[in-house]
Amino acid sequence: MTAQITPPVPSDPILSARGISKQFAGIEVLSDVDLDLMPGEIHALLGENGAGKSTFAKIVAGVHRPTRGSLKLNGKAVEVTSPIVAQRLGITLIHQEPISFPDLSVAENLVLGLQDGGALSRVPWAEMERDARRLMDLLGVDIDVTRTMRGLSIADQQMVEIARALASDSRLIIMDEPTAPLTPREVATLFAIARRLRDEGRTIVFISHRLEEVRALCDRVTIFRDGAKVATDSIANLTDADIIRLMIGRPLKEYMHKVGTTISEVALQVTGLGRAGLFRDISFSVRRGEIVGLGGLVGAGRTDVARALFGVAPADTGRIEVNGREVRITDPAQAIALGLAFVPEDRAQAGIFRSLSVEQNISAAVPGRIAPQGIIRRSLEKALAQQSVAKLSIRLATLRQPIGDLSGGNQQKAILARWLLTDPQVLILDEPTRGIDIGVKAEFYDMIGQLAADGRAILLISSELPELLALCDRVLVMAEGQLTAELPRGVATQETIMQAAVPRNTAREEVA
Amino acid sequence: MTALGHMLRRREAGIALMIVLFCLAVGAYKPQFLTLDSARIILLLTPLIMIGAMGQMLVILARHVDLSMGSMMALAAMASGMMFRYAPEIWWPLGFVLSIGVGMALGLVNGLLVTVFRLPAIIVTLGTLNLYRGLTFIMSDAKQIDRQYVPSALKAMSQTSPILGIPWIIFMSFGVALLTWWFVTHTRLGRQIYALGSNPVAAPLRGIDVTRVTLIVFVISGALSGLAGIMYASRWGFVNPSNTGNGFEFQVIAAVVIGGVSINGGVGTVLGTVLGVILLGCVAAALPLLGIPGTTQNAIYGSVILVALLIDRLVRLQGQRSMLRGARI
Repeated sequence: MTAQITPPVPSDPILSARGISKQFAGIEVLSDVDLDLMPGEIHALLGENGAGKSTFAKIVAGVHRPTRGSLKLNGKAVEVTSPIVAQRLGITLIHQEPISFPDLSVAENLVLGLQDGGALSRVPWAEMERDARRLMDLLGVDIDVTRTMRGLSIADQQMVEIARALASDSRLIIMDEPTAPLTPREVATLFAIARRLRDEGRTIVFISHRLEEVRALCDRVTIFRDGAKVATDSIANLTDADIIRLMIGRPLKEYMHKVGTTISEVALQVTGLGRAGLFRDISFSVRRGEIVGLGGLVGAGRTDVARALFGVAPADTGRIEVNGREVRITDPAQAIALGLAFVPEDRAQAGIFRSLSVEQNISAAVPGRIAPQGIIRRSLEKALAQQSVAKLSIRLATLRQPIGDLSGGNQQKAILARWLLTDPQVLILDEPTRGIDIGVKAEFYDMIGQLAADGRAILLISSELPELLALCDRVLVMAEGQLTAELPRGVATQETIMQAAVPRNTAREEVA
Repeated sequence: MTALGHMLRRREAGIALMIVLFCLAVGAYKPQFLTLDSARIILLLTPLIMIGAMGQMLVILARHVDLSMGSMMALAAMASGMMFRYAPEIWWPLGFVLSIGVGMALGLVNGLLVTVFRLPAIIVTLGTLNLYRGLTFIMSDAKQIDRQYVPSALKAMSQTSPILGIPWIIFMSFGVALLTWWFVTHTRLGRQIYALGSNPVAAPLRGIDVTRVTLIVFVISGALSGLAGIMYASRWGFVNPSNTGNGFEFQVIAAVVIGGVSINGGVGTVLGTVLGVILLGCVAAALPLLGIPGTTQNAIYGSVILVALLIDRLVRLQGQRSMLRGARI
């Protein structure tokens, strides 16, 4: 352990954790973590998935009980036995996926579990809605508190949770990867609020994968690796290279790179593609061996274009040519037959069959190859899956375990494996590295480069600018359903992409 | 008016409209359907379903289902009927106490199987549907409790009226509905039922004791089945081990679902359920009037339920489309 000396802070810690350890089913996932959180700081917890940072946060917030160790809040020993106890103690955890009761009103979601009183005590509707409105005003967000949670954006749901933290006057607010599903503008709002809460003397714990965000927001950082704390330091004392080294325990060779490939004929040509209400007038081409990035803000219509190309929600205007032949794609089966493959953004919803085995997931797109006579031959299925697992080095216990048990990165590899079995000529990847570890990410970048080198055409949708810049030969940018820029390698920079991605108000007036 | 009320107002207006249209259509053919007298007939068909529907609504709101209601009703009614037969002199309101008590015990068994053993409610209650019916046969030796054993004061509740010629049991059923409305909109526990059905995974993180809430909804469902059982004895004057409560659960579930309670839990109102019950009552009253033979009544009954659900689905799709249009860039 390389724990460093924390810089002197002129007050006592709000929370002191000593020797916190946690075992799940006999496996130690967190061992002997000592950590002091100070009032009025934003403290980042960094680490790869499975490093223990979320487990630690959940112990502090009463979701899990520690196997060993103790917590002191403001110098007094406390037992955080449940999330409600945590809330009463002034500790709020804002989960990665905000907890919401979609059918209840915003106001009810805000106070649920916070009121005192017995089962038959009255629900004070008017008072509740008034308080909720006051908290929303305090945060400076405009959410109708009488509407139901269903349909509220993730950003707004997070705001409801933050309001909830304020309702219980939490002094310690833990945010578990809050920015992953947010647009840059929403991230900015969130950061502004986090800073304001810190300036009020509250402590914010910020769990994230994104170094640049941690640098922009946080005062101190604690790095976890393999269930142990490896360092706590002021962010100013650490370089990005230091942090990555501490997180993965070794220097990361060549963070990203694009292998030199021969770019040949056009594999996918799109002209004037449009779908009412989502996107219009989209024209571009992708050549064999080329990686074309598609950047833009969440909601710009990038995923809708991908879904149209794959026939999930077909375009209603425009033409698509695959290998020079005009095609109509109204159904994913046609797209697959034409040599297209689509790795969707929302892995849990649209990518995996959670309860099915890894091998069934891998073979799902090629029924013909495992069931030549219409009856599934288990030996074929197993052989195919084994090859894929070896090729993509998917880490698993057995091929027959449910895919839902794998880590995010390995699930994503399995989905990629599924599509590679169809031998696609055009591969559409929608946010392929979201929510996966830095180490696995690097493997993915290698894989994507290799696929292009094999002569496949790749359309890469990504919100991570460094990823687009490192991998792509060209970057297309969308804003509000239209293409706003096409930037060749060299011209594309973080600035040029963002400039094209930010919607212009004039464009909106034109349509209206 | 609550937020939930705002959201569902349209839905309830839709059911009310369906009731009006249905009555007008039948009335155009048989004008006597649109009289106060027939309104009374409709109301008389509804009290048992109304009481059952309130219990079923709570269970479905919590994202479960109770298929055993009809059997709980029969077993509870049979227990009271046998008490009346063996002890004719007993104070008759004890029938209510016994019937509701038996119902609560049976509901508790359902609830324990669902919570302690984590079995799906649909399977548990399918099992107890048969188990409780079987127990009714064993207990009664497959013999009916005849009219002469049912206390006349009890029977009078379905015939005599405090006001407007509307019998007591109808007031009781609306009283239960009113109480349920108060319970689900104004109490902490009532709101927890909605929260549990809306997101069962998140509920414990918000301090909701899932086991307790689940047990309570099943016990209430049992209690109301027991109440429906003793009211059956009042309304029909007998208790029969095979007829009493036979198919009751399906009528009740139909009323609840027509009334707009989501089978996925978390959504639904008492007003909607009451309207669902009344729509079913209208259909039941109209069929004999239109001279539809008993043999086809079941098929028609089922079709009406499906048509009501289809109309609702179409209305909601239409609503979503117009929302999408409004949201276009």
